Amino acid sequence: MTALAWLIPAALVLAGLGLAAFLWALRAGQFDDLEGAAYRALEDEPPDDEIT
Amino acid sequence: MTAHPTELAKQQAPAAAPSTLVLAVDEMHCGACLRSVERAALRVPGVESARASLAAKRLAVTYDPKQAGEVDVITALDRIGFSAAPIEAVKQDRGDARQKYLLRRVAVAGFAAMNIMLLSISVWSGEGGDMDPAVASLFHWLSALIALPTVVYAGQPFFASGFAALKGRRLNMDVPISLAIILATGMSLYQTMLDNQQVYFDAAVTLLFFLLVGRYLDETLRVRARGEAQNLLSLQSGIATVLDGDGTQRKIAAHALRPGDRLLVGAGERVAADGVVCEGRGQVDQSLITGETTPAEVKQGDPLYAGTLNLTQSLQIEVTAADDATLLAEIGRLMMAAEQGKARYRRLADRAAQIYAPAVHGLGLATFLGWLAFGAPWQTALTYAISVLIITCPCALALAVPAVQIAAASRLFKRGIMVKAPDGLERIAEIDMVVFDKTGTLTLGKPQLVDDTDISDTDMGAAAALAAASHHPYARALVTAAEGRLGAVQPASGVEETPGEGLKRMSAQGEERLGSAAWCGAEAESSDGAEVWYRRGTERPVRFRFADAIRPDAAETVAALKSRGYGIALLSGDRKGEAERMAHAAGIDDWHAGLKPADKIAWLETRAREGRKVLMAGDGLNDAPALAAAHASISPATAADISQRAADFVFQGAKLSSIVEAIKTGRRARAMALQNFGVAAVYNAICVPLAMFGFVTPLIAAIVMSSSSILVTLNASRLAGEGRS
Repeated sequence: MTALAWLIPAALVLAGLGLAAFLWALRAGQFDDLEGAAYRALEDEPPDDEIT
Repeated sequence: MTAHPTELAKQQAPAAAPSTLVLAVDEMHCGACLRSVERAALRVPGVESARASLAAKRLAVTYDPKQAGEVDVITALDRIGFSAAPIEAVKQDRGDARQKYLLRRVAVAGFAAMNIMLLSISVWSGEGGDMDPAVASLFHWLSALIALPTVVYAGQPFFASGFAALKGRRLNMDVPISLAIILATGMSLYQTMLDNQQVYFDAAVTLLFFLLVGRYLDETLRVRARGEAQNLLSLQSGIATVLDGDGTQRKIAAHALRPGDRLLVGAGERVAADGVVCEGRGQVDQSLITGETTPAEVKQGDPLYAGTLNLTQSLQIEVTAADDATLLAEIGRLMMAAEQGKARYRRLADRAAQIYAPAVHGLGLATFLGWLAFGAPWQTALTYAISVLIITCPCALALAVPAVQIAAASRLFKRGIMVKAPDGLERIAEIDMVVFDKTGTLTLGKPQLVDDTDISDTDMGAAAALAAASHHPYARALVTAAEGRLGAVQPASGVEETPGEGLKRMSAQGEERLGSAAWCGAEAESSDGAEVWYRRGTERPVRFRFADAIRPDAAETVAALKSRGYGIALLSGDRKGEAERMAHAAGIDDWHAGLKPADKIAWLETRAREGRKVLMAGDGLNDAPALAAAHASISPATAADISQRAADFVFQGAKLSSIVEAIKTGRRARAMALQNFGVAAVYNAICVPLAMFGFVTPLIAAIVMSSSSILVTLNASRLAGEGRS
């Protein structure tokens, strides 16, 4: 039974991390262009902010 | 897209406030396009950042207004073959704020639902066994701890909408939803305090999760439709060349044109605004406005309308003043009147809610009163009433329609058909008659070479080599025809173009000329307007005749529609002879020629009074009111902007069979939505009596809720997958 004492918080924290990551990604605009992102991943060239 | 420019603005605020610009770039389809668009924009001096979105087909640019302007970016994109148009600031909002608002709540509800389920399943499996009641109680309290904030946060969309409905003394689907969620949560909290087993946190939160998914899907379709409509609208206008008083030319965005501006319209360009010709004469193609295919002659003082194509010579146009007097405004008024009629259409889900909401409340109340009457304590009666509410809660019902519509819209999207009106799919499923416009709908709306059997391959090749140097629509049609017959066309070198007359070049065989009859010295030959002559040296000139060709699968499409029992008619603004010829070629018996926009509406209204539901397929400005008035409507992507705005569907490409596909998908979608309602009804028929008699445990409620929702979503996804292989 004592296992529950850390299993439950662990489950909650892990799921909470997932939720936080999703909300962060949403806020950071990662879901703004789902189609374009699929192609950007295949780009050889550096991302925009590294182009001089 | 929203966060990006503001961050940049913050970083660069000390230097100069950069301006932001959002452009609609419609031809961006792949990753390579995306990169070239961004790179082209970044190469413009003064542009600080450019980020394209493939989903929205838009490009957001920040630039230093001192060094660059929106026209620089547009011309840079134009050079690499993308037409772009600025979207006015007020229209930039795609409405995705609401979408994100819902998505955040979907995430939170999903997180909570899974964790509560984890705890609940433990309690259920330990029930009556060796589980310590203290642990069960702990699990219930933990569930409450997760559920309460979730319900407060994720339930907002339903509470707000349900409250608004009640305030307006109406009932909508959100009233029973809110009631079920609030009651279930409140009751579960109460039961948890009493250490009872009737705890419904899992059901309440799972319900919330599935309902939010449905809401989100619905909103996604709406956002996509709205964004596409705005892009189309902005793209039609593009940029215009303005002549200033001192004769200098300046390119500005068409939406910035003001009455009194003097426009320069080159040959092959579309007129960007309504105006009067003040210099030059020539031919214009007005088919988009009038449906008339033969080019019209215009001279000084003649009016020109936005959307007409200047064919031969550059014209100077003065933009006319009065906003209300423009043809566009007139058509807009007709359209608004027609659309008001259509606003009365009630969507399937709303109609279902109208019946469902009172029934659910009635059943819940009956259960509560019934158990009280039989002497049960009020807590028990209330628990049973809540389980009725939870079981009947329109979870599958709320998912049934959005899931199907998303699947149907993405299926159509893959076939080049865009769903613009979210309820268009429902309306197109009900139609029993299809009405076509002629020019641009039944026909391609572009000149095609006809009667070319007696033209030799040599003449054809040589003429096409000359024509490749010109942008005139007849020259383009000639090149296309030659490519079809001879393969690739090698453009000739040293071609000179005299606007309004023709092309010439010197070759080994003497001077070659391509152009009007006068240009080639062919006045003596018979002539009927839509033609181009080719002459090599002193040989006899060869005639190339052009006509607006019928879409290749028009007859086939009409036959397919007829065989499905749809009535077919042709409404044209063109002359009788032309309309009759096309009607005959397409196999349409019921045709009407020489109709004005108001006549078309009147005709449609007569049909509506007869109880017929008409699908209108049209493209011209003159069709826009009819498109709005018809029960459902579809436009080709080449249509006038206002027609595309009025239409429920827009299809790309030359194939008219898109119309059949749209109708078929609409009907499949309706059948599937009804199937889904059926699934929901079967669940209810089984579970409601159980709930009313108090046999539903939290376990059963959770299973029923989830499985019916999943079944409904899976059923809908069949539609998107069909026929893909």
